[in-house]
Amino acid sequence: MFLDGFGSLIMAGTWVTIELAVMSLLVAFVIGLLGAGGRVSTNPLVNAVATVYTTLIRGVPDLVLMLLIFYSLQIGLNKITEALHLSQIDLDPMVSGVLTLGFIYGAYFTETFRGAFLAVPKGQIEAGVAYGLSGWQVFSRIQFPQMMRFALPGISNNWQVMLKATALVSIIGLADVVKASIDAGKSSYRVFYFTVIAGLVYLALTSVSNLVLMWLERHYSTGVREAEL
Amino acid sequence: MSDIIQQFWRAFLWSDGYHFSGVAITLWLLAISIAFGFVVSIPLSVARVSKNKLLAWPVWLYTYVFRGTPLYVQLLLFYTGMYSLDVVRNHEMLNVFFRDGMNCTLLSFGLNTCAYTTEIFAGAIKATPYGEIEAARAYGMSRFTLYRRVIIPSALRRALPAYSNEVILMLHATTVAFTATVPDILKVARDANSATYDSFDAFGLAALLYLCITFVLVALFRRAERKLLAHLRPMNG
Repeated sequence: MFLDGFGSLIMAGTWVTIELAVMSLLVAFVIGLLGAGGRVSTNPLVNAVATVYTTLIRGVPDLVLMLLIFYSLQIGLNKITEALHLSQIDLDPMVSGVLTLGFIYGAYFTETFRGAFLAVPKGQIEAGVAYGLSGWQVFSRIQFPQMMRFALPGISNNWQVMLKATALVSIIGLADVVKASIDAGKSSYRVFYFTVIAGLVYLALTSVSNLVLMWLERHYSTGVREAEL
Repeated sequence: MSDIIQQFWRAFLWSDGYHFSGVAITLWLLAISIAFGFVVSIPLSVARVSKNKLLAWPVWLYTYVFRGTPLYVQLLLFYTGMYSLDVVRNHEMLNVFFRDGMNCTLLSFGLNTCAYTTEIFAGAIKATPYGEIEAARAYGMSRFTLYRRVIIPSALRRALPAYSNEVILMLHATTVAFTATVPDILKVARDANSATYDSFDAFGLAALLYLCITFVLVALFRRAERKLLAHLRPMNG
């Protein structure tokens, strides 16, 4: 039988890992764009908040933050529901996992996007303004597409790190592929075998995302000639 | 907050009364794995850029596998996985080695950071200016001397910024050690959390400690870069 009958468990776990990684990517992406906006902002308050956010988050291990946010989020929520005399709302591990990972990796994305925004020549933006484009149009039609080319290597890097960081959420109780393989190993007394399976799943995921990222890099480098050495 | 500090400050810093714990263990994990990774990655990175496919290919596979899987899974493999094998349990030396969580942790951390360091150094070796090698050949250096005196020293300097990044990522990665019963900072924080139910303070304190270590490391590497990469610094007006 497929993986001694544990195939469906492992598949379900793999699916949870993928779901978690993709949703966290979306959250981190949005936070990263907002954060980068803050980091390049001329408003000193906004700038300071964004700087403190990226410095603190990138200086503390992701697992510590995960435990900190995961436990505190529930306790904070309990305090609010208690004060309002409501029944306790249990946070879904998936939702808190996505929010936590997104919040942490948002800091890394902020720095990636900040570098990329600064790399877009200023003349491009001025030209956009001269054509009478609105602020949003300048961002979405001129800055964003050009920024993505500079940001892609950093995004690929962050994505690979984040994909591997999802393994840690099994520690806070989410049934991802690591948790599934631990359970399968324990009940079949073949821990080594199933841990290797978990490793292979991650290897497959990172290999596939490598290919996708290579394709994306080619897409966003349209019209850029590579220097021939 | 003050309760936890009063009760756990010693455990957070160096000892829980019986064994080393907290910051002392975290720094020990970091130092040993980084030292192992550094020493082993130098010959491996030379092999990685070698034209000989038989040398380069196994090293490529090693770094690919270890960089493509999470450290947590690697630790599980070496800690719980290895010990579940009869071969390991029936062999006297292997049994003693893999029974200890600390050994498994150091082994998996060392192998993991070695894979990343190998790629960093290999990239730096590939970026050696061709003229340097030509000059060394013109002086009649042998292959070994060429590597020892020209390529490796200049590559290690060029790798410094990326390498400092890897050291800090490794510091952050040491946090999974508690899953193998190693009493690092995070393990103490978890103990403090289960003793007081004051999650925010317990983990907040741990976060603060890690933040301090990170800042010290960043400062040290910045100084090292200023000294070792002085020839690459842009001149001030």
